[in-house]
Amino acid sequence: MRHTKRTIALFLATLMMTAALSACSGGKGNETSTQPPAETPNADNNSAEPVMGGDLTVGIAQDLDDSLDPHKMVSAGTREVMFNVFEGLVKPDTAGNLNPAVASDVEISETGDTFTFTLRDDVLFHNGNPVTVKDVNYSLSRVAGLDTGKPLIDEFSAVESIDTPDDKTVVIKLKEPNIEFLASLTAAIIPDGSDPTADMIGTGPFKFVSRSPQDNIILEKFDGYWGTPAYVDKVTYKIIDNAEALIMSLKGGALDLVAHLTSAQVKELGDNFTVAEGTMNLVQAVYLNNNVEPFNNMKVRQALSYAIDRNAIMDYLADGRGTAVGSSMYPAFKKYFRPELVDHYKYDAEKAKQLLADVGYPEGFDMTITVPSNYKPHVETAEVVAQQMKAIGVTVDIQTVDWETWLSEVYQGRNYQSTIIGVDASTMTASAMLKRFTSDSGSNFVNFSDPEYDKVFKEAVACTDDAEQIELYGELQTILTKNAANLYIQDLCDLVAMGNGVKGYEFYPLYVMDMSKVYFTK
Amino acid sequence: MRYVLKKAGIFILTLLAISLIVFIAFQVIPGDPTTRMLGTQATPEKVAALREELGLNKPGIVRYFNWLTDFLKGDFGSSYTYHMPVNELISGKLSITAALTGMSFLMVLAISFPLGILRARFAHSIPDRIAMVFNQIIMSIPSFFIGIIFTYVFGLVFKFFTPGDFVQRAENPAAFWGYMVFPALAIAIPKSAMVVKLLRSSMIREMSEDYVRTAYSRGNSRWQVLRSHVMRNAIIPVVTFLAVTLVDIVAGSIIIEQVFAIPGLGRLLMTSIIGRDLPVVQTIIMIISIAVITVNYIADISYKYIDPRIRFR
Repeated sequence: MRHTKRTIALFLATLMMTAALSACSGGKGNETSTQPPAETPNADNNSAEPVMGGDLTVGIAQDLDDSLDPHKMVSAGTREVMFNVFEGLVKPDTAGNLNPAVASDVEISETGDTFTFTLRDDVLFHNGNPVTVKDVNYSLSRVAGLDTGKPLIDEFSAVESIDTPDDKTVVIKLKEPNIEFLASLTAAIIPDGSDPTADMIGTGPFKFVSRSPQDNIILEKFDGYWGTPAYVDKVTYKIIDNAEALIMSLKGGALDLVAHLTSAQVKELGDNFTVAEGTMNLVQAVYLNNNVEPFNNMKVRQALSYAIDRNAIMDYLADGRGTAVGSSMYPAFKKYFRPELVDHYKYDAEKAKQLLADVGYPEGFDMTITVPSNYKPHVETAEVVAQQMKAIGVTVDIQTVDWETWLSEVYQGRNYQSTIIGVDASTMTASAMLKRFTSDSGSNFVNFSDPEYDKVFKEAVACTDDAEQIELYGELQTILTKNAANLYIQDLCDLVAMGNGVKGYEFYPLYVMDMSKVYFTK
Repeated sequence: MRYVLKKAGIFILTLLAISLIVFIAFQVIPGDPTTRMLGTQATPEKVAALREELGLNKPGIVRYFNWLTDFLKGDFGSSYTYHMPVNELISGKLSITAALTGMSFLMVLAISFPLGILRARFAHSIPDRIAMVFNQIIMSIPSFFIGIIFTYVFGLVFKFFTPGDFVQRAENPAAFWGYMVFPALAIAIPKSAMVVKLLRSSMIREMSEDYVRTAYSRGNSRWQVLRSHVMRNAIIPVVTFLAVTLVDIVAGSIIIEQVFAIPGLGRLLMTSIIGRDLPVVQTIIMIISIAVITVNYIADISYKYIDPRIRFR
């Protein structure tokens, strides 16, 4: 019996290997697939107590491939690691709240355009120096590009001025009211005058030690950390871009923790691993180019919305794991998420067919879905969607392209008909998800355009009352759903496997991996 | 002398052609380094600013000649993605891949020569026939597949090594070489099978020559004839094949590095192509090309030493 199981595993391994080699990695991705993970005991039910110390080895699927400058890093994979090194005035927690970090207190003016921070007393940089208002001023001025006129993070273009009235207070004034700007103040605080790519000094629970391209990144516990200290002494991120090699390394014990695994991979691991399940915090959808035939017709988009069977997709991809969505907001954003939109277009192939006939496509039509080949879940989703579309007479041609091509042709060039991708938020704000659908947004790759939407968005951003703002953002989601801007599918599941007695991993509503909470139990 | 000059001329022209092809390929494929670096945060302004910063806004021909003159001066440029000089980036990886390739090549020699000679000596015997079947099977298994079987069998079941536990040579030389054994073997096994087959058939062909009969008639033993007469003549096609094999091993190591999670040149090459990191790709391709041409050149020269009847013109 054992023998057969191994043979099958080996055969599967070979298959996956072949696939992995031909795709040869690349994305910031996470893959999902067809088998359920083994039943594993919940991390917290085990009586094992956390042990201080130990060297943790984490496997990551791709190198930190862009700038390590905390103000310039854009790739999710890089931010995920550097979350442990750099901190801002505020820091998100697992529930999605923004807590004071380098600052101990924040006050937002009634008008919603002035943020007054009081610095925490005992915050040290990794080089041992205390954080002063000068450092904060340098860091935030650098991000806002107050000297150069070119902000390094887009949201900071809203900054009018940064003042330090005394040696404990920082006042940030915006050009226009925007209470959500607080989320952008997670931007890293670095020492005055420092070159972040050369020095890599932050205030987080871990300090940066070294990196070796395509090999590893090493972080060390920072003893002078102001907050709850990390359990482990050292974290080594090993870069293993081959999916099969990653699993073999985890199984063999060379790795203690790997995130973003597929159901099939987790199943292959067996019983000696603790598996945590969360979501990827993104909105996966068939994004439609609202400017091209026939998707410039809202009725066509609505008809297709009825043809998407989300549950079938989730069953096929990850045995039902994942959470269905009905608009451009993921469920972990509890405050803003509108659950009633999920079933706005309840799966009904007959109705879809009827609606298509009503708008003049009784025979259906041909459409092309362009998918990045490195994101396996999106490719698999495309295959299921193609089947579902076939049922209503729409013939789907799936075109797989590499990530660069996708970025330049689809995302930047907007030269496509439809695509399947997961869209996430760069900061923990509703506007980060919803801004891209305003008519003149540079990232509006679906070319959605609705005057009502633009108007409400302006109101929402400027709104200084939290409850009212939530209401307005809900309205925006409703507009997207009613217009069927895209064929919304799900927020994909995220699986994290821990071996060698490692436990404690916690999910955030953002794409980060907090290593300070992870511990050994033996 | 003329031979050397001619070879040197071809050498330089080949390298020029290769670098030009790589450069043109990078102009044709969609996306540039800024695409990946900016990802979904890209705006036309940001792309323009970054292209300016990286010097990508100059015309292609200018960039190629700038690269070429710098390259000739020994300046390989700096990586777009890693913001560090290519020399620095590559030197560490080069030694890893060189170690893997070298070890693998020595294994091919160590495995294939004794086996090839033995099989020629006992040609058409029953053990030889059995060996032929296995040889044929092993030859046709791709090395990455052997690599997967090795990680599974020797890594997970017998625990001879820990998959993924690669250590830099500077840190622990013994562990470094120990980790290299199975990847090197995975590349060496199918290649050895090919060399065995070739060596055996080449020796058998030579053994039916007249000079072999003469050598026997002078009272030489069978081993003496094989060693001093047959081997010298039989080895020429094998040397040619070994040169090709060495090149194959370099290519094979690129894939094996993925299977065994070894951070060598191959992995850097793959990710650099994906990231459109031209300076890195150009340099790696140049290094590999120089190695390939040099190996072939060495093979050519060695014919003369093996068989003094061969003259160069």
